Amino acid sequence: MAVETMPPLAETAPPRARRESQLALMWRRFRQHQLAVVSLWIVVAFYLVAALAEFLAPVDPAFYSARYTYAPPQGINFIVNDENGWRFQPHVNGYKSEIDPAAMRRTFVIDPEEIIPVRFFAPTEPYRLAGFIPMSVKLMGVENPRDPFYVLGADRLGRDLLSRLIHGTRISLSIGLAGVTLSLFFGIIIGGFAGYYGGLFDSAVMRVIEFIRSMPTIPLWLGLAAALPKDWSALQTYFAITIILSLIGWTELARVVRGRFLSLRTEDFVTAAQLDGASDWRIITRHMVPSFTSHIIAAATLAIPGMILAETALSFLGLGLQPPIVSWGTLLQEAQNIRTLATAPWLLTPGICVVVVILALNFFGDGLRDAADPHGR
Amino acid sequence: MSTLLTVENLSKVYTLGGGLFGPARELVALNDVGFTLEAGETLAIVGESGCGKTTLGRCIIKAQPVTHGHVYYHPKDQAKVELTALGKRDIKPWRRDIRMIFQDPMSSLNPNMRVFDIVAEPLRIHRVARGKELEERVLDTLAKVGIAPDAVGRYPHAFSGGQRQRIGIARALVLDPRLVIADEAVSALDVSIQAQVLNLLDDLKSEFGLTYIFISHDLGVVNYIADRVLVMYLGHVVENAPTEMLFERPRHPYTEMLLEALPIADPTRRKGRSKELKGEIPYLGNRPRGCPFHTRCKYAQDICRSEKPALRSINGSAQMAACHFAETLDLKGAYESSIGGGDRPLPLEGRAGEGVVL
Repeated sequence: MAVETMPPLAETAPPRARRESQLALMWRRFRQHQLAVVSLWIVVAFYLVAALAEFLAPVDPAFYSARYTYAPPQGINFIVNDENGWRFQPHVNGYKSEIDPAAMRRTFVIDPEEIIPVRFFAPTEPYRLAGFIPMSVKLMGVENPRDPFYVLGADRLGRDLLSRLIHGTRISLSIGLAGVTLSLFFGIIIGGFAGYYGGLFDSAVMRVIEFIRSMPTIPLWLGLAAALPKDWSALQTYFAITIILSLIGWTELARVVRGRFLSLRTEDFVTAAQLDGASDWRIITRHMVPSFTSHIIAAATLAIPGMILAETALSFLGLGLQPPIVSWGTLLQEAQNIRTLATAPWLLTPGICVVVVILALNFFGDGLRDAADPHGR
Repeated sequence: MSTLLTVENLSKVYTLGGGLFGPARELVALNDVGFTLEAGETLAIVGESGCGKTTLGRCIIKAQPVTHGHVYYHPKDQAKVELTALGKRDIKPWRRDIRMIFQDPMSSLNPNMRVFDIVAEPLRIHRVARGKELEERVLDTLAKVGIAPDAVGRYPHAFSGGQRQRIGIARALVLDPRLVIADEAVSALDVSIQAQVLNLLDDLKSEFGLTYIFISHDLGVVNYIADRVLVMYLGHVVENAPTEMLFERPRHPYTEMLLEALPIADPTRRKGRSKELKGEIPYLGNRPRGCPFHTRCKYAQDICRSEKPALRSINGSAQMAACHFAETLDLKGAYESSIGGGDRPLPLEGRAGEGVVL
């Protein structure tokens, strides 16, 4: 059979397969994983909240009011039903204070008579969204700033839990991202070197990783966090905590990267590139890394929840971020004693956020991993 | 004809274990291999699995470092280049002349690169061509192996096995090489596709003036394409002969055994089953003393167990064998096997790819 008579390719290869990259294929498989897709939307929603914190939070997270300590959640109602019939009017109800005769304690109860209208896109004092976009409206607010507006209730100092939760989301989620980015950086470089060159360096790195991973994490974190100077600014503490979390986080990612390098190193197409005379750098960046970006994305996604949990745990114990920084961990710190839990259970809402986000990130990461490697389960 | 490649006393030893848990063991994959390759010829390297034929190919192209020995390449204008003595950077210009085709067309093409980029990669690395010229050269080479220009934007997974192997051939040929090492280039393909690819290789050989080292375990394929055959056993070259002489009258009992194992395609001529290979290959780390083949050889004598025969020319001909009794043994070739009868034709002529898989 001569060369000229070979069948043209257009007949044998489906045109649909034309421009499908590895990532496109991965996305197609990912979409079949419904739980992962739902989780993706949840994660996206949380990160949107983090990005738009100033706009979404009704008041400043540090704004306090001694009149409304431990005020219960008001919720938001949309329908007003009075002598004129019913009409659409978003509002919250005011509070009545009552004395609990058994405990001889002042408590708040919702007063259904008092209606405080809620405005959407309410004008406020000018602020900068995410630090650089000048804005002067918030998603919602009350007409009179002196009226109580505690959708999710108030804490010990009468601060709005919803606003604090929204700002805490920003800190907790970004510390997860920043920590994973840092871990990824070290993990890829160290794991990449170990996997590509192997030999003594590989053995040394793997022993170090095993050593780090064999240490109990909580005491290690506690020790490192306790060593942070007390007079550091909020920003400095934030970055210091990120670095402390990444100190352990990189080991897992380095292992994943090393494993991929080891398995790819013996692939024929890598040998082919070596025989082409390609430099190590070209082989790594053009031939090896693109083959496992999807795996790295999945591994990184699965590492985020660990970071968030670690930050929450550290802050909860009072050794991570410190007030006045608002994070889920520092918020939960307020819900530490039994009295608070009995009288103001709404202070546990940050815990619900933690659970939802961690689960969503885990399902999302699982979906990504399965999509990246359909045979690797 | 001029010499293109000389291999002298090539050995490859793998060291296993060592360190904390007991002493290291040595595994000799290649033992004192030597041959010369003339420009324009097709040399086949055959043998059972584990005989070192792939290792030999990889050592020649320096995909693996060698333990002892030399590989000399003879470029057109220069006398001799010792490939085994060159560092990574110094060998790069010669990588344009010596290229490799891989066995598995599924794993030898980067799944994340488009076909155009796969074939263009060697040109880019060697900075041979760029822009319009690069594009022309890539499309031209792909057209020669039968890949249409409108398919070059696709990824390898959109192609069939035969098409992928042709892309791999295009990648090897795009640099205009002189020597191509084809490591089991057709054994992963369907028999019908094998013939296609073999014919393509043959056509390209005359068009580009190529020299092939064709590593295979398929004697049918070898008979079809090779000018000369190197038979390997346990890392040794046991016979090195022109294809016709080897198939007509092998001089080493191992070659006879390989030829006897060929199945006969015509059932009316078949008087029994093809003889399968007797015995097993000894473990490489525990090689026999004396002739490496004596544990399976039906002609073995005392001398075979104690003394290792050297590879030598038989009666001054082009046929070389490493057997103490190469001159005296009357070994049967593929033409006159005991099971096929005296008039048995060579079972493989014109039907490449139907040979036995050893």
